[in-house]
Amino acid sequence: MEVDYSGDIMTLNMGPQHPSTHGVLRLELKTDGEIVADAVPHIGYLHRCFEKHVENVDYAGVVPFTDRMDYCAAMNMELGYVLTVEKLMGIEVNNRVRCLRIIMAELSRIASHLIAAGTYGNDIGSFTPFLWCFRDRETILDFFEETSGARLLYNYNWIGGLMHDIKPGLEEKIIEFIDYFEPEVDNLNRLLSDNFIFIKRTAGVGILSPEQAVSYGVTGPNLRGSGVKFDVRREEPYLGYEDYEFDIPVGLGEHGPVGSCWDRYMVRIREVKESCKIVRQAVARLTPGDVREAVPKRIKPPAGEVYMRTECPRGELGYLLVSDGSLKPYRLKVKSPCFTVMSAFREVSRGAMIADVVSILGSFDIVLGEIDR
Amino acid sequence: MESVAQLLEKIPKYDALPETISALMPILASSVILFAMLALAVLFMVWLERKVSAHIQDRLGPMVVGGWHGWAQTIADALKLLLKEDIVPASVDRVLFKMAPFIVFLGAFAAYVVLPFGSSSFVTDLNIGILYIVAVSSLSVIGIIMAGWSSNNKYSLYGSMRAAAQIVSYEIPAAVAIMTVVLFTGSLSMVDIVRAQTGGIQNWFLFRNPFLFLAFVVYFIASLAEVNRTPFDLPEAESELVAGYHTEYSGMRFAFFFLAEYANMFLVASVATTLFLGGWTQAVPASIMPQIVPGPVVFFVKALILIFIQMWMRWSLPRLRVDQLMYINWKVLLPVSFALVLGAGWMATL
Repeated sequence: MEVDYSGDIMTLNMGPQHPSTHGVLRLELKTDGEIVADAVPHIGYLHRCFEKHVENVDYAGVVPFTDRMDYCAAMNMELGYVLTVEKLMGIEVNNRVRCLRIIMAELSRIASHLIAAGTYGNDIGSFTPFLWCFRDRETILDFFEETSGARLLYNYNWIGGLMHDIKPGLEEKIIEFIDYFEPEVDNLNRLLSDNFIFIKRTAGVGILSPEQAVSYGVTGPNLRGSGVKFDVRREEPYLGYEDYEFDIPVGLGEHGPVGSCWDRYMVRIREVKESCKIVRQAVARLTPGDVREAVPKRIKPPAGEVYMRTECPRGELGYLLVSDGSLKPYRLKVKSPCFTVMSAFREVSRGAMIADVVSILGSFDIVLGEIDR
Repeated sequence: MESVAQLLEKIPKYDALPETISALMPILASSVILFAMLALAVLFMVWLERKVSAHIQDRLGPMVVGGWHGWAQTIADALKLLLKEDIVPASVDRVLFKMAPFIVFLGAFAAYVVLPFGSSSFVTDLNIGILYIVAVSSLSVIGIIMAGWSSNNKYSLYGSMRAAAQIVSYEIPAAVAIMTVVLFTGSLSMVDIVRAQTGGIQNWFLFRNPFLFLAFVVYFIASLAEVNRTPFDLPEAESELVAGYHTEYSGMRFAFFFLAEYANMFLVASVATTLFLGGWTQAVPASIMPQIVPGPVVFFVKALILIFIQMWMRWSLPRLRVDQLMYINWKVLLPVSFALVLGAGWMATL
């Protein structure tokens, strides 16, 4: 039976300072009691003119800027950029650099997904998973700190190589961590993913159908959560990902329709395990070599245009680089995965409840630094 | 209260006081004693909650202030809150805003009057004790609505509306679950309810029969919702409503909300202890083991076990959504509690 529950509409500004907008996002909610009639996202509070800035620094100087886009996965951000420049300049890196880049990128993916899962638990009202995730993320950050000296913004990937080689013995420590960490994921599942209340709160909420996801250009775990098997690491392999064995988890819809918040969340949890597999293989493939072998003395790419996409933890990260043959990029355009998924937010969250809006936003796992740039 | 009055009479020149004052003195004295006890209990519970949460989350929690495992941390926090500037935002309804925290606390505190901590340690033994608790603890709803409305903040308003709906709804299954116990005692007096359970663990209402056991479960769940604890902490849902109805509060007024929250936690744990866990009576009957442990200690231990379970749940469960909360209340707990009353009534007539 259809009942008209509509009442007066109240505008509720959620953010830019709000505990669960994951940064400085403002959501303009038109609420009717607890029901959200419309949710309009307002972005731009973290706009730092990244794309304009990079037109005024040399190619190597762009890397720290890319770090600051998605600060939860800075390794993957800079990886995408250096691969773009290398593609334009035609630089081939040696096996050691490729393996180390994969190790770092996948560890960074694990760290980033741990933040996503932990903060998502926090959004749903459970604080303990948050700290469990951060505890394990801390170990990964320690590896990064040992290697690059930084814990958040690394500037580790250089055009044509890496800043440093890893310290001797780090690979054993990484494997030790992976051995410890893989069962720990099941622990997290017992605490949060399979919790009855958690499933009630997330499954069947914020459904993004496969058609919608594709038409909005959603990528990454959010797309795979809708059941579309698409991963740039498989479709357009880079760094030799084609030689690695790993599955691409997709949302299966165990609890309700495919494409719900639970599916998106669960894809990340399963991806963490796949990343562990990749790290193991990459460590096994490490060969000795000079990580700065191919670093050019002077970075001056030929005039031209190149587009390179990589799979960062939040989806497909694309760099369009235009060079006029000078020492500075003529134009660098970033295709941000969070921005595209944010465009689907309004449609998905219409008619949801206030608590669901938080749940949907958390399941999209956005980072405002990357949306606003 | 009688014993307090007798103590007061030992004070020199007490008789010289005017009649009106000497009549008020025992009331005042017992309130002060009760408040001091409550404040101490809350300080301990806040410290315990921080420790329990820390260990669940693989942390240590407060370790510095006071030396041994940070025992003085909550005292320092309480002092800090009391010394902070009392900020009243410009656009609030000043009278309601200032009064609200005290009314919320009053609702919790007034109920303590009838709690029997030991066979002779209670302020008064009302013959409608449990009814009085159910009634007076609803007072805090008024305070919460006052806080939410007067804050002139949409998040506060949402929080208070949620709290009002939730507390009023969950009082019904809680009260019905309490009725099952009253069926067996035939008395609403808290002291009589405990006396009916003397003689060891098998006489506690919790283990008397399955209906009462389930009634305890229903009461415990409903009481969690009444005191806004996870998984029913929607009024303060941090990720949605910032801090709910006390978003705009700071300093001492915030401390009173905090005090009320923990006082409420202790209250529902105490009521559950009294009704189902035999109050001050010991698990081993007096005929087997002499009762050396004082009644209040037994009572506190039992209440603390329940409080620990509350904390354990808070730090491991996510939060429900508003509609799910109401579903559980009206479509699960309420029918179940009515069925339990029927079942318990049938058992009582056997």
